Amino acid sequence: MPKKEIGKFSVSYMQILDETGKVDTKLEPKINNKDLLAMYRWMVLSREADQRMINMQRQGRIGTMGPSTGQEAAHVIPAYLMNEKDWFVGAFREAGARLVRGETIAQALLFYNGFEEGNKKPKEYRTLPVSIIVGAQTLHAVGIGYAVKYRGEKDTAVVTFMGDGATSEGDFHEALNFAGVWQAPVVFICQNNQWAISLPRHKQTKAETIAQKAIAYGIPGIQVDGNDPLAMYVASKEALDRARSGGGPTFIEAVTYRLMMHTTADDPKKYRTEEEVDEWKQKDPLPRFQKYLEGKGIWDAKKEEALVNEIKSEVDAAVKEFEDLKELPAEACFDHVFGTKHVDIEEQRMEFLDDQKRGTDNA
Amino acid sequence: MPKMNMVQAINLGLFQEMSKDDSVVVLGEDVGVDEGVFRVTAGLLEKYGEDRVIDTPLAESGIFGTSIGMALAGLKPVCEMQFSGFSYLITHQLEGHASRFRSRSQGDWTVPLVVRMPYGGGVRAMEHHSESREALYATIPGVKVVIPSTPRNARALIVAAVRDPDPVIFMEPKRSYRAFREEVPEEEEVMEIGKAQVVHEGDDITVISWGAMMRPTIQTVDKIGEKLGKKVELIDLLTVSPMDSITITESVKKTGRCVIVQEAPKNMGVASEIIARINDKVLMYLEAPVKRVTNYDVVTPYFGRETNYFPTPDRIYRAIEETLNF
Repeated sequence: MPKKEIGKFSVSYMQILDETGKVDTKLEPKINNKDLLAMYRWMVLSREADQRMINMQRQGRIGTMGPSTGQEAAHVIPAYLMNEKDWFVGAFREAGARLVRGETIAQALLFYNGFEEGNKKPKEYRTLPVSIIVGAQTLHAVGIGYAVKYRGEKDTAVVTFMGDGATSEGDFHEALNFAGVWQAPVVFICQNNQWAISLPRHKQTKAETIAQKAIAYGIPGIQVDGNDPLAMYVASKEALDRARSGGGPTFIEAVTYRLMMHTTADDPKKYRTEEEVDEWKQKDPLPRFQKYLEGKGIWDAKKEEALVNEIKSEVDAAVKEFEDLKELPAEACFDHVFGTKHVDIEEQRMEFLDDQKRGTDNA
Repeated sequence: MPKMNMVQAINLGLFQEMSKDDSVVVLGEDVGVDEGVFRVTAGLLEKYGEDRVIDTPLAESGIFGTSIGMALAGLKPVCEMQFSGFSYLITHQLEGHASRFRSRSQGDWTVPLVVRMPYGGGVRAMEHHSESREALYATIPGVKVVIPSTPRNARALIVAAVRDPDPVIFMEPKRSYRAFREEVPEEEEVMEIGKAQVVHEGDDITVISWGAMMRPTIQTVDKIGEKLGKKVELIDLLTVSPMDSITITESVKKTGRCVIVQEAPKNMGVASEIIARINDKVLMYLEAPVKRVTNYDVVTPYFGRETNYFPTPDRIYRAIEETLNF
C-alpha cells in the first residue's frame, strides 16, 4: 500500500471591519440601522457596567469580579442574534451577552457580591447561570442540544462560550466530540483573549489556531477577528442558522483581548507588558464600531455624548437598586439542597437559626 | 410473581419507566447494541430506538456532563458508568455542577438524573473493577447515593431514582447481579429514597449493612439466632445519603448494641458516619461500643487476594458475638 495523503484541511480567518475602521464592502453584512445602534448600545452599556463594577470592587462594595472589557463584540453580537428559543450556556466573561439575554445589572451586582439570588432567572429565558469551572459548561450545552434535537424543537440553537484556557480542558474536547457525533445544534464561541490568567496563548497550545481544533471533531470551525462586530455578526449568524436548520455544530474562535485583569484579584502587570496592552487598545471594538456608525452617517459626537450620559444614569440606577435591596435571608441555603425536604437538613436549619440568634455572646 | 435476578429486575424498572415517560433516555458506553457489559440495558435499544438508548463515545465526563445538559432541558437521563472505577472522571461535573444547579439558581434549574454504576468486588475482575467508593459520593451535598441489595429493592429503587428531582448515584453491587433470584412484582413498585429498611426485627443487637454485604450479613445473623439464641435487628441502609438516621437510632435505642458491616475501607467510611449519628442521638442507650466490620485501609487488592479482605461471615460473627458479650 502506498503512503498517500488522505486528508487536507484548512482554516479560514474573517475580518470585515479592520482596526482603522475600514470596511471590506464585499463581506459587509446588511444590517438595518436600528440593529446596528442597538448592538452598539449594548456594548457601551456592558463596558460602563464593567468599569463601574471594577470601581465598586476596589471600594469594597462588591466581591471579586471578572471584567469583560475589550471583549464586547465577541459576546454581545452573538447574543444579540439569539432569539428567545435559543439557549445561552455561558462561562463567566460574557457580561454584555447576559445583559442582552435579559439579566439586569443589579442582578449581576448581587451575583458578584456573593448571593445566589443574582442567578435567579426564570427558566423561560433559557439562560444558565455563570459557570466558573473552566470548560465544564460546554458539555451541558451539548446535552441541551441533544434534548432540543430529541424533542424536535425547530429553529433552536444552543450557544456556549469558553475562553482560550478552556480549550486545554478535557471537557472541551469531549463536548466538541459529542456535538460532532450527535450533530447537536450547538454554537461554540471561544473568546480567545490571549491570556488564561498569567498563561499566554502560545503556552496554552502549540496549535497555530484554536479554530483548527474543530477539524479533529468533524465540525466546521472558523477564526474571526473577535473585536470586529461585523465579522462576529456574520460568523455568528451563519453558525446560528446552521444549528437552527439542523446542520449541526459550529466552532468560532473569536480573537480578542482581555484589556483588564483576569479578575479583580490579580495584577496583569506581573505577567504582561503595558506595550502589549496598548497595542491591543488600538484594536478595541468600541471605537471601531463607533467609526463604522459615523461612516454610515448614523452617529456623531453629540449622539455619543447623549448615549454615554444616558448609560451612566442607567448604571447609577442599577447600583442604587442593588444597594437598596433588603437583607436576604441567611438560611436560604437550606431551601435548595434537594427538591424534597429532608429531616437532617431541616434539623440543621433549626440549629443554624438557633446559632444565629445566640450570636457572638461568648467569643 | 416472577423470580428474577438483579440484572433482570433493574432492566424491568428501566423498561417500565421508559414506557411511561418519553423524557427518560439511557446513555453510556455499550448500553445499546451490546446491551451493557452486564446486560442491564438488554432489549432497551430494540424497544425504544437509538434516540433514547444512546451508545456514546468513550468519555465518562462527556456522558455525565451531557446528561446534566439533558436534565436541564427537561429530559431524565439515566447514564451508565461501565464500572464505578471509571466514574471518578465525573466527580468534577458532579461536585461542580450537578449537585449545585438547584442551589446556585435557588431552585430555578434542577438536574434530575441517574448515574448507574456497578461497584464492589467479588467477581474476580481486573484492577479498578472492585472498589466500593460510596463514601466519596456521599460527602457531596445535593447528591443522593442509593445502593440496593436484592432484585426486588433494586427494581423499586431504580424507579424511585428515575423519578427523583435530584441527581442520584445508583450503585449496583455487581457481585449480587446474578447471585440469587427473588420474586419481583410485574406491577409497579416504588420505594422511597432516603429510607432504610428493617429486614428482621430483634431486641438484642442492631446490625446495619448495605449492598453486597447484606448477603454475608444475613447468613451470619441467621447463625447468631441459631447458635446464641439472640434476636438481631437487621437494617438494610439502601440509601447511603441522605441517610435515614431515624431508623438507625430508633433501633439502637431499643437494642443498645450495634455492629456495622461495610465492604469499603474503614477510614472515613459510611460506617463512621453511622457511628457519629448514634453518638449524636442515642449515646446514652449504648451497652457496648459500636463495632465496624470493614475492609482494611489498603489499596483494593487485585482479585487474587481480594476475598481475604472483604468482611466475611466469620468476621461478622465474631464482631456481633463480642458486642453481645461486652
